[in-house]
Amino acid sequence: MNVLVDPAALERDAVIYGHESKSLLRFIACGSVDHGKSSLLGRLLFDAGLVLDDQIETLRKDTGQFTGAVEDLDFSLLFDGLAAEREQKITIDLAYRFFATETRKFIVADAPGHEQYTRNMATGASTADLALILINAQSGLTQQTRRHALIAATLGVRHLVVAVNKMDIAGYAQDVFETIEREFRTFAERLGNVELTFIPVSAKKGDNVVYRSKAMDWYRGPTLLQKLETVDVTPRAAHQAFRMAVQWVSRPTPDFRGYCGMIAGGQVRPGMEIVVQPSGQRTRIDQIITANGALDRASVGQSVTLTLTDNVDVSRGDLIAEASAPAQVSGRLDARIFWMGAGTLAPGGRYHIKLGTASAAAVIAGPMQLIDLAEDAAVKPVDRLMSNEFGTCRLELDRPLAADSYEANRETGSFILIDAETHDTVAMGLIEKPATAAVTAPIRTSILGHVTVRAARLLGANESHSRSIAKAMSWRATGSIDTFVISWVITGNTAIAGSIAITEIITKIALYYFHERAWALIPWGKR
Amino acid sequence: MNDATLTTASSTHSYLDQLEAESIHIMRETVAECDKVVMLYSIGKDSSVLLHLAMKAFYPGKPPFPLLHVDTTWKFREMIEFRDRRARELGLDLMVHINQDGVTRGIGPITHGSELHTDVMKTQGLRQALDLHGFDAAIGGARRDEDKSRAKERIFSFRNAHHRWDPKRQRPEPWRLFNAHKRKGESIRVFPLSNWTELDVWLYIHRENIPVVPLYFAKPRPVVKRGETLVMVDDDRLPLAPGEVPEMRNVRFRTLGCYPLTGAIDSDAASTEDIIRETLDSRYSERRDRVIDQDGSASMERKKQEGYF
Repeated sequence: MNVLVDPAALERDAVIYGHESKSLLRFIACGSVDHGKSSLLGRLLFDAGLVLDDQIETLRKDTGQFTGAVEDLDFSLLFDGLAAEREQKITIDLAYRFFATETRKFIVADAPGHEQYTRNMATGASTADLALILINAQSGLTQQTRRHALIAATLGVRHLVVAVNKMDIAGYAQDVFETIEREFRTFAERLGNVELTFIPVSAKKGDNVVYRSKAMDWYRGPTLLQKLETVDVTPRAAHQAFRMAVQWVSRPTPDFRGYCGMIAGGQVRPGMEIVVQPSGQRTRIDQIITANGALDRASVGQSVTLTLTDNVDVSRGDLIAEASAPAQVSGRLDARIFWMGAGTLAPGGRYHIKLGTASAAAVIAGPMQLIDLAEDAAVKPVDRLMSNEFGTCRLELDRPLAADSYEANRETGSFILIDAETHDTVAMGLIEKPATAAVTAPIRTSILGHVTVRAARLLGANESHSRSIAKAMSWRATGSIDTFVISWVITGNTAIAGSIAITEIITKIALYYFHERAWALIPWGKR
Repeated sequence: MNDATLTTASSTHSYLDQLEAESIHIMRETVAECDKVVMLYSIGKDSSVLLHLAMKAFYPGKPPFPLLHVDTTWKFREMIEFRDRRARELGLDLMVHINQDGVTRGIGPITHGSELHTDVMKTQGLRQALDLHGFDAAIGGARRDEDKSRAKERIFSFRNAHHRWDPKRQRPEPWRLFNAHKRKGESIRVFPLSNWTELDVWLYIHRENIPVVPLYFAKPRPVVKRGETLVMVDDDRLPLAPGEVPEMRNVRFRTLGCYPLTGAIDSDAASTEDIIRETLDSRYSERRDRVIDQDGSASMERKKQEGYF
């Protein structure tokens, strides 16, 4: 018997399937104050048919525009989220917006334009694939425009879309647009490997946002929405070596031991040889476990649970990496830093570092440089970074961690610094290179691995060796004078007192040094 | 591993797969970095998705935290039945907290208005329960697309000892690096569904076949029309005006809460596919049907500052 299928139902399922299998684009929208960013986003949503009737009602209430065409509403008001922002008519904090078309879901990080909010822009750019940069056609490139482009490129955003807005006020003039494009291209030579797209738009009138502009027939490129819907979203780390930071060790039963994490690079298969870092133990992947069954392959962006063929020692904070292309293990990192704390960042400062799922203590070491975003990233030696400044420095860790350069992998090449007292997140770090240190060679057996890690900790503890030696000597000088005086009082003989004190100087300097280094290994009682 | 045909496979994860993986990552980070975690279970569709994700995140184990429902005593009866059944089926530890002080004072949405009722039975009830058990992290199903003030809230969102939210003192969350270090007395609300929208939630429920309360699906139910709102007569506590007679209408709910405060919509959507179609075609956001959100323009932001989830 034939089964009759309702054609409407089939079509319906196709629609649902289409929505389920959409791709995802994360982008950041940035622009100087008054360049019309909120208006452009509002226009994009409105023309794409994504502003709902009750939102329009609210908008009419907020603007007092109870009559007139919907197109003339101030769409920027869709986005001012906090009461203080509405009162002051500015955007204070980074906001996330969502919209979806037939082919893609978009997560938009909406970053305010004010200079002091660089931290928001950097945060938003850290996960973005594309940056939408707004330029007012009348004012052209500003210092803030350059700053935004530099931050986006630094954080690994590969696609920059430059929307030249308010073209309606500029008389839709091709030469205005082309002058800005030329100027931006010259500036962008320093941005490295980024794809540039320039679109002349009018947020107010809707030109080239969703609909192609009739007033600018000289422009042949994509509209803004076309560009957003077609840009390549393959994660860069898909082509990198396999990496997964262990988040959580799953032990539901005594005989099961699984390592949970989100894959940060490349892909993994059962049987693949891996190295657990920083310990350096090597083994193979046994199974890739998910609630939907075991997989024969998993790749970047998936949250999985891995089991290993050997019973090796793995805990939260360890990195599981492809054995043929491991990460660097180092107790010393050279990094670029976005300093977001209220005070200054200076050598000697101590922080908690979170790198992947690993935590450690970090001390800032020199030399320090400022990368001046207000002067097109000019590099200047400095002795500290002020709030919202960007620069480079070296970090000494209290234990070696596995890391890649940010260039190679955004997830394993980035970290945050946490203030030990306020517990605030005070810095974003991009690793330039993990400095070559004591343990880069993988060690095969686990016992040796532990010994090596211990030794590395001893060598790379929080304090420098010269400091430990200086402390030993100053302590000894004070102590030996005391010993001499006591010995003299008891024996009444300066010669005996003198020789006791001198012998003690030599033996105890050595003792103190080892005592001090041994304590440096013990986390107990540290704050 | 330089095989190009293999590496291109990675780009085929759909956006739902990516949202799922991100939410699982957030839950695992919470459990790894916090001491005493609880998951707030409000029985609605978002909670259903959250629970499903928790089951996946810790598979083959069970989620290493209990569920907490703050019961205002005015939930739909079908919600309570569904809650108890799901906890039993999944073998999870479910804790139910009712603000006994509010019960003694006879606080209710009809006698005291939506604002006071929500504050006493929901906001204060939640604070009591969290303090009572000393939870330092509570996982909840709030989404950023629900409200303008939520759009700016972090995934790890801190509350001071009085459970207040300070929107001006939020920590940046770059990459996937969450900072769970707490100051004295602070606790964290964690929102793994931050980047999901209503449509995403329904598409995922459809794809994963997740059980939800039947109130989401249209069927004839007794309702009375109060202004623009259709209120379901779920029990005899709802006072009827003289001459007001409940009528049977084919309705469903887009959001669920206390029944006198939750508006139904006329609908024929009887399956998840129908709901997805309806959501795609909808001209109205879901919060419109919630009475409590209409108390004032900045009402959600204020409630949140006072400790509302």
